[in-house]
Amino acid sequence: MKQKKENIPISALFCQYKSYIHRMKILVVDDEKDVQVLFEQRFRKEIRNKEMEFAFAYSGEEALKYLNQLHEAVLILSDINMPGMSGLELLRHIKEKHHEPPPVVMMITAYGDADNYNTAMKLGADAFLTKPLEFSLLKEKLKAIQ
Amino acid sequence: MNQHLQNILDLVGQIDALTDEQKNSISNWVKEADKTLTVTEFKLDRTDKVKRTTAILLEETIQELELKRKAVEESKDALQQSLEELKATQQQLIQSEKMASLGELTAGIAHEIQNPLNFVNNFSEVSNELIDEMNDALEKGNTEDAKAIANEIQMSLEKINFHGKRADGIVKSMLQHSRTSTGKKEPTDINTLADEYLRLAYHGMRAKDKSFNAAMKTDFDENIGLIKIISQDIGRVILNLITNSFYALNEKKKQSPDHYEPTLTISTKKIGDKIEICVGDNGTGISQKALDKIFQPFFTTKPTGQGTGLGLSLSYDIITKSHGGELKVETKEGEYTNFRIILPV
Repeated sequence: MKQKKENIPISALFCQYKSYIHRMKILVVDDEKDVQVLFEQRFRKEIRNKEMEFAFAYSGEEALKYLNQLHEAVLILSDINMPGMSGLELLRHIKEKHHEPPPVVMMITAYGDADNYNTAMKLGADAFLTKPLEFSLLKEKLKAIQ
Repeated sequence: MNQHLQNILDLVGQIDALTDEQKNSISNWVKEADKTLTVTEFKLDRTDKVKRTTAILLEETIQELELKRKAVEESKDALQQSLEELKATQQQLIQSEKMASLGELTAGIAHEIQNPLNFVNNFSEVSNELIDEMNDALEKGNTEDAKAIANEIQMSLEKINFHGKRADGIVKSMLQHSRTSTGKKEPTDINTLADEYLRLAYHGMRAKDKSFNAAMKTDFDENIGLIKIISQDIGRVILNLITNSFYALNEKKKQSPDHYEPTLTISTKKIGDKIEICVGDNGTGISQKALDKIFQPFFTTKPTGQGTGLGLSLSYDIITKSHGGELKVETKEGEYTNFRIILPV
């Protein structure tokens, strides 16, 4: 945002401003480290255009720490089966403690069984996606929120 | 009186040369001889009877013995058959124990395969998109960008390769586990083996019980290198110890206050010419009463239907009999359990 204004057409500037205020801050929680590279690749255009901003946590505990310090993620994508705190526990913590504004939480899991789905929904999950993850589907869901 | 003796007496009566006194004496002697003869005859008769009875008894005893011999032979055959049946049942039990532990793992394995597949699918799609972008850049003559994109493609392909191999490894280890052991000792990386089974057991447990939760600490000695072991069998032992630990942690969690942190520790260490693999937990521990029996077949503290009671007994045999090692346990009821596998290199 520190570019010289005279080089940018007004409309573009407006767009950029708009995208700045609408920039989605997304926290991805997964114990698989390569998830970071994957998301950065999959959303490389959105990141380049500053439509989205990603942060990564490798455990439920780490995610809670991040949220307690920064409070700024508006959207959380979490795996369910992780060592230590599970994604469902993380979901419960978030929905119980972080009231304003309530962050959107989507669960991404390799276990798409009814039990997991129902528990996630009961705890207030906003979406439930299964692995292998369809990014086109995820992008649709993200757009719907935007 | 005996006829011969009577004849003697009659004859003596007719001899005039003998005095009456002499005749009396002879008569007395003959009578005495007759008495003795009668007694002897009686005794002989009695002995004869005894002999006959004994012969009958002997005959009966021989018959009885023959019957008994036959019975013994029959029970020997029956026993032999039972033994063979027992051996077959034992084999079946070993196999079903293996399949039961595999069943527990299935869900974990599914999860473990979906994760690498997630990367394989998505990184391959990313690579496709990146190639389009690279072509665009090349058409515009932007070689710098094209090179940068090519690097990204390469990285994506490396990820695909890595996670493809990872899925392959998981399937292979699952197959290895279900297969009957080849019994062949092959050079194995014990750290990888332990780590693989730890992940599988953990995900298996989580798939079964979603509330299950445990911290896992690993401390692997990187200087061990490859050691010659029957990897399926050692894998089964490690898996068994880990699932036991998870069970103990889960049980303690159910009875404990919130601040209890279930922790499983798995470590490997090279000590001289021996390798030590330690699986420890801060779970329920083992009572002294149970401790004496844990290596006995069919002994289990789990509720009926939840444990075969064969895990530790089979583990013990694998470590001591097929690997010449030791399986040791240290425990304090309500506090901790540490199992140590010691293998000669």
